[in-house]
Amino acid sequence: MRPSDRSYLDSHEWAQLDGDVVTVGITDFAIEQLGELVYLDLPSTGTAVSRGNSFGEVESVKAVSDVNSPVDGEIVEVNEALPDSLDSLQNDPFAGGWLIKVKVSGAAALDGLKDAAAYEDIVASES
Amino acid sequence: MNLTPVPLLFEDSRPGRRCTQFAGADRAAASVGLPTSELRDTPPALPEMAEQDLLRHFTRLSQKNYAISTQFYPLGSCTMKYNPQVNEAIAMQPGWAHLHPLQDAGEVQGALKVMHQLQADLAECTGLSAVTLHPAAGAQGELTALMVLRAWLADQDQPDRRTVLIPDSAHGTNPASCTLAGFEVQSLKTGPDGLTDMEDLKSKLGPHIAGLMVTNPNTIGLFEENIAEICRLVHEAGGRVYMDGANFNAIMGVAKPGDFGIDMMHLNLHKTFSTPHGGGGPGAGPICVTEDLRKYLPAPQVVEQADGYALEVPSHSIGRVRGYHGNFMVLLRAYAYIKRLGAEGLRRVAENAVLNANYLRVKLRGHWRVPFDGICMHEFVARPTKEMKAQGVHTLDIAKRLIELNFHPPTVYFPLVVSEAIMAEPTETESKETLDTYVEAMIQIAEEALRGDEALHLAPRNTPVSRVDEARAVKDPKLCFVCG
Amino acid sequence: MPYIPNSDADRAAMLTEIGFNSVDELFAPIPKDIQVKGPMAIEPGLTELDLREHMAELASWNRPAGTRPCFLGGGTYNHDWPALVDHLQSRTEFLTAYTPYQPECSQGTLQWIYEFQSMIAELAGCEIANASMYDGASAGAEAVLMASNIKRRKKVVVSAGLHPDARHTIQTYLKHVEIEVVEAPLVDGVTDWGDLVDKDCAAVLVQQPNFFGVIEDLDQLTAQAKQADALSICSLYPVSTGLLRSPGKAGVDIVVGDGQSLGVPMGYGGPHFGFFATSQKYVRQLPGRLVGESLDTEGRRAYTLTFATREQHIRREKATSNICTNNALIALRGCIHMAALGPQGIEEVACLSRQNALALSEALTSASDSVQLAFPERAFFNEVAFRATGGDAAVLRFKNALAAAGIAGVISVSQWYADMDGVFTLACTEKTRPQHIERLAQVAAETFQMEVAL
Repeated sequence: MRPSDRSYLDSHEWAQLDGDVVTVGITDFAIEQLGELVYLDLPSTGTAVSRGNSFGEVESVKAVSDVNSPVDGEIVEVNEALPDSLDSLQNDPFAGGWLIKVKVSGAAALDGLKDAAAYEDIVASES
Repeated sequence: MNLTPVPLLFEDSRPGRRCTQFAGADRAAASVGLPTSELRDTPPALPEMAEQDLLRHFTRLSQKNYAISTQFYPLGSCTMKYNPQVNEAIAMQPGWAHLHPLQDAGEVQGALKVMHQLQADLAECTGLSAVTLHPAAGAQGELTALMVLRAWLADQDQPDRRTVLIPDSAHGTNPASCTLAGFEVQSLKTGPDGLTDMEDLKSKLGPHIAGLMVTNPNTIGLFEENIAEICRLVHEAGGRVYMDGANFNAIMGVAKPGDFGIDMMHLNLHKTFSTPHGGGGPGAGPICVTEDLRKYLPAPQVVEQADGYALEVPSHSIGRVRGYHGNFMVLLRAYAYIKRLGAEGLRRVAENAVLNANYLRVKLRGHWRVPFDGICMHEFVARPTKEMKAQGVHTLDIAKRLIELNFHPPTVYFPLVVSEAIMAEPTETESKETLDTYVEAMIQIAEEALRGDEALHLAPRNTPVSRVDEARAVKDPKLCFVCG
Repeated sequence: MPYIPNSDADRAAMLTEIGFNSVDELFAPIPKDIQVKGPMAIEPGLTELDLREHMAELASWNRPAGTRPCFLGGGTYNHDWPALVDHLQSRTEFLTAYTPYQPECSQGTLQWIYEFQSMIAELAGCEIANASMYDGASAGAEAVLMASNIKRRKKVVVSAGLHPDARHTIQTYLKHVEIEVVEAPLVDGVTDWGDLVDKDCAAVLVQQPNFFGVIEDLDQLTAQAKQADALSICSLYPVSTGLLRSPGKAGVDIVVGDGQSLGVPMGYGGPHFGFFATSQKYVRQLPGRLVGESLDTEGRRAYTLTFATREQHIRREKATSNICTNNALIALRGCIHMAALGPQGIEEVACLSRQNALALSEALTSASDSVQLAFPERAFFNEVAFRATGGDAAVLRFKNALAAAGIAGVISVSQWYADMDGVFTLACTEKTRPQHIERLAQVAAETFQMEVAL
């Protein structure tokens, strides 16, 4: 079971709300599917993002995957150190491996995302 | 295999060693009148090697390769067939190799005759009357054909048709070529039978459709049985149909794409027509199109005139996609191949390729999962069984174990629609005995996989290097010696 | 049947073993109504002996330029290579292998590609180079596409001195992705950038030496690119680096070109190989294959294809390019040839080519008052542009007279440059002999003499 203190997008990103800022990352399942990560491309602060649309890319040796935003808003912080320390994304995707923080309009920003239990079903169907 | 490490040229370089030498060079005399800002101080730091050391260096490197001349090489969709020696002997002749591309037509009538006849023979093979030999490779042929499609749509006053449908089993080059030609890609589903899903196709046709790209036989090794209906539907919707001819060797002399409604296709001369793959090229990717599209073909075409053969630019040509007239020396080998085989021999190619593939499929289907287990064309897709996966065995392990057993592995992890795919294409130039030894090896590996034999994870152990850390190559890139 | 080992008996045994009666049954998935009815209209096959005789007969219809005094250039040059190159390229372990997808049984190909990349990077003066491209023209097109992707701009400025085929290739490639190609004209034989290079511009491209053999000012190129924050691209004649500076060392961002001059037969124009070199920081935008060094599980040095996620088989419609192959076998020739030349060899080839071109320009302009240097103020390398006062008609007479004398030469440029009536080029290499130049000058004297008499 993945952490229940946050919401999930079908394409394997998580979103955790704190005030009007949502922290975004990708799940351990996505990372397991990719294999050993070799590259991460993140946007810069100030970029507008929208739900379901790509804001970055993560690569293993033989696969590349878009990273989609679970929420609409503007990026206020980027995990700048992460592309150079992919180990923390590989091994700690739900904490130290966070990708971006997005300023959203309110708690409703997470409406329509899946909770941990519903996300578990998606993982099961793709395994 | 030569297991001894070969130092890099740069590591074996010794000051003052020479191979090639020319008399009469004088740097001071050569520099007269040249702007000093463009002159260099010291010559480029190329390695300094003696001739016999170079011979040994490259000969030893060659001994670290698997090749068709040394191993069975059933790389699916790549058509690793025998490359006839006589074609190489012909290509070495100065009458071909020493032609300059800008010589007048009158001085190159033999070359133009070869190209003209090859255009005609490829038209006959495909049932598509207009042929260009210009593109350098299959991928460039695709791109060229898509540009022809753009030009045709513009002339039909339909420039807004910008969507090309591509089955999800297609090779990645198809969508990549679409992007370069300014099209958008919409993916078509593969049905449970391994063929294009007709309902999905019908639901996606409409006034925005420029065309469809289809590989036939498809990458699963199956003939698209509804191909005539597919073409009819796309035409009815106002689009054109492009066929990726990567697998044409399976149907050559048996069915002509022009007869079942294809408008454009490319041929890989390095696959179907036996020219050597050379470690990854050069290829040649002629395209064949319907007569109404001839005027858009890239420059130049070879035409026959009263006083001989000549090069001509079609009236509405899309332009050129490379220098000069095409990969002539590859075209020459393909011409010699067709001449040697003739109509009957070309059909025998398809028959024997299909027989060999089905032989492997049937002999292996009791041991491996064959997801689409009907009659295949020139190749078929297998995958590990659930029981093998439960032992932690992946397709990568199978491939590496095959290397250890002295076979080049099939294409693996492609097509993407079959997870853990193992796509084998034996070609017509392999004997029953070779196929039998491969079957034995695959059965042995299946047994090893079922018992989770450690050998599978350690393989290969008898090669110059074992499994390579590919992540390290990206994270700590070393792409050339001098830059470190 | 040629190249098919199985006998009828083998086939029958195989069919029985897999439960079929005939090969035709295996074609059941192809609906009957779309199967061909009779044999194809292609002539019956020949025996190998007949084939060799047939090909010799056709070859005799050709008059190869490379086996006689040859002054043809225009991007393809009659250079020499050692026998070593032909021999090693013919080794079937290189010839009949495919792309080195499986590194454990492809170290031979992978290592020589790594060595090739290293030597190309050295000639180009860049940090990295890829495993080769189709040819110089398509490499140029890929370079401007890459620049446009990096800079996210939709305009490039290309020198009119770039090989016409390369310019046309760039136009064809860029038309469909809506990138505007602006041509910078030649003034007195060199590129005049004027004020064409502005902030909308992704790339600035020049050929060194240009199509007329004239040496361009690379500092101008990089300055133009810099003021517009565009990338500079140079299409390089690689042999020239035996004498001239490497473009990368002049600050050029991307160096491409055609490698035919590095040990590749002219082959009626192909296959040659293209090369592509740039900075490490652009590696993720680079088109084509790339080999890198790594380690195997035992810690041994090992080579492998790398950065594959840029490529079409993984990234599909988002790939950096649709290119799948490199021109490996031809690049192998280049690799062996560069190593055979070494530093001294490439300098000798460059010097001799230039010395011969100097002698040629001297001899031809002295032969007749009707022939002058087209750009007397400009420095040339191994190829020289002349102007005949009698115009294209005189050029054609000269060309025909040379052909009658057994000399291959003269590219009339007005087929690409409409305002250059009477301008033609001749090229030299290390294979050009003094007696070839003498004979050419003699023919010029006779032809243009007649003209004056006419």
